[in-house]
Amino acid sequence: MFTAIFASVEAGFIYAIMALGVYLSFRILDFPDLTVDGSFVTGAAVAAVLIINGTNPFIASFVALLAGFVAGCITGLLHTKGKINPLLSGILMMIALYSINLRIMGKSNVPLLQEESVITILTDWWQKIGIDEMIENALISMKLVDFVPKTWAIVVLMALLVIIIKILIDQFLKTEIGLALRATGDNKRMITSFSANTDVLTIFGLGLSNALVAFSGALVAQYGGFSDVGMGIGMIIIGLASVIIGEALFGANSIARATLAVIGGAIVYRIVVTLALRVQFLETGDVKLITAFIVIAALILPQFIASQNEKRRKKLKSQRRGEHVATAQTDYKSI
Amino acid sequence: MLQLKQITKVFNEGTVDEKVALHSIDLTLAPGDFVTIIGSNGAGKSTLMNIISGRLFPDTGSVLINGKDVTEMCEHQRARYIGRVFQDPLVGTAPNMTIEENLALAYGRTRKRTLQFGVTKKRREFFKETLETLQLGLEHRLNAKVGLLSGGERQALSLLMATFTNPDLLLLDEHTAALDPARAELITELTKNIVEKAKLTTLMVTHNMEQALKLGNRLIMMDGGQIIFEASGKEKEKLTVEKLLQEFQRIRGSQFTSDRVVLV
Repeated sequence: MFTAIFASVEAGFIYAIMALGVYLSFRILDFPDLTVDGSFVTGAAVAAVLIINGTNPFIASFVALLAGFVAGCITGLLHTKGKINPLLSGILMMIALYSINLRIMGKSNVPLLQEESVITILTDWWQKIGIDEMIENALISMKLVDFVPKTWAIVVLMALLVIIIKILIDQFLKTEIGLALRATGDNKRMITSFSANTDVLTIFGLGLSNALVAFSGALVAQYGGFSDVGMGIGMIIIGLASVIIGEALFGANSIARATLAVIGGAIVYRIVVTLALRVQFLETGDVKLITAFIVIAALILPQFIASQNEKRRKKLKSQRRGEHVATAQTDYKSI
Repeated sequence: MLQLKQITKVFNEGTVDEKVALHSIDLTLAPGDFVTIIGSNGAGKSTLMNIISGRLFPDTGSVLINGKDVTEMCEHQRARYIGRVFQDPLVGTAPNMTIEENLALAYGRTRKRTLQFGVTKKRREFFKETLETLQLGLEHRLNAKVGLLSGGERQALSLLMATFTNPDLLLLDEHTAALDPARAELITELTKNIVEKAKLTTLMVTHNMEQALKLGNRLIMMDGGQIIFEASGKEKEKLTVEKLLQEFQRIRGSQFTSDRVVLV
């Protein structure tokens, strides 16, 4: 049980990078970008093929990030210069990428289990420092012996990586270019009248978003030990689920809060799926159905709770008024 | 400052819906000119504004700002020279961003945007001082989202954002039309003060004849895509709403009819 949850937290951090990318397009640019399903695999495919051919895994992951950037830019070009509807631009790019990803990999599945990857390098380095033993001893002394994960390397280092990316995004969105990017998603006419080129900003924003998605894809491939052409199916929904769950649970008053919420949402999503799959009746193939239910719940529940609160507030108010009237009447009678 | 030469614009050319929106318009604004434009619906006022700002391109003719031909420049490039306030208070500001972030966006109108922070300590002080001139207390709400402001406050902020970087040309497109009379009065006063103080070259479209008479040193009346009447200086100061209506009747031989014109 704990091992399963621990693994889902690890995966949650890696998928959080993808969720941050979806947050950029979906919330900041107000652009529902379906390219994600394709660019996630592009990242995985590029990294996998490069690693197999002997490239340093870190460089391979960075190249994957660049590939995602290019894919996002093309979606942006289709929308801004080609005047194609946002959803359709994304879908077209997603379909095109499916074939491109197959071309990159040369087959539908590339295994990475025998290869050195970012994950294995980091884990080895971590074990050399010996922090795992320290934590293990601490846990044993605290009598928490029934829970000892294989290594803390991935969860700690990935958390660190995600936090760094989060802070970079937060800071970037405060720069002059970042502000213009946010205004592009908020009020296009306004920012155009203040001499910003919304076309270029949209293209760049989508590039950035898909760069993060592809980078996440590259890490997921190395974490899971394979790259598969079908691994991106429904990825946009997982991204949206993370964004929506995160915002519902942790709030989104400011950018810094929202990006933190998205990371939280990505982890909560993984945990919920893991727990759901432990139910006897459900099978691995039901994951997409569970995801759909989670997103629907995250969308409907906050509305439901808000309307319940509103009802209670009104009821309280009318009750209080009733009391006032009652006391006023008794006062009148006593006179 | 602004020169319009022989501007013609035809919509739906060659179809039954063909409409000549502008018919060889010539107009020159000297530096510091404040020109008000009145006219009934379909007179071509908005088309004229859109052609100056670059939202539309003329079929023939050219637009010059500061002696520079900007006819082929697109909207966002031209925005370096032009400050604009729109009729709808929702158009001029970004609702999900804070007041100071909006000001930072407006501040970037004249320069290239970089990876420098949009709101720095120094700029925040400057924004505060600028907001104080509005006397709406917005300087204490720098971190409030603009979507929380009232329509009047948003329009006042839009006006400030369009003007505090001293544009070569200020375009006001019926910027008080969507506000209640008290708020409209406030924005009119603010407009007068800001334009006078910074000596901005201004072009204002309005449906309110009284406002057109009260503001500016020149007045233009448009009808059917043409400028049919123009008054400036002393001549404009002597004008009244009645005289304007008579003038229209004399030139056009018909009543000035538009339910949107506010006569009083």
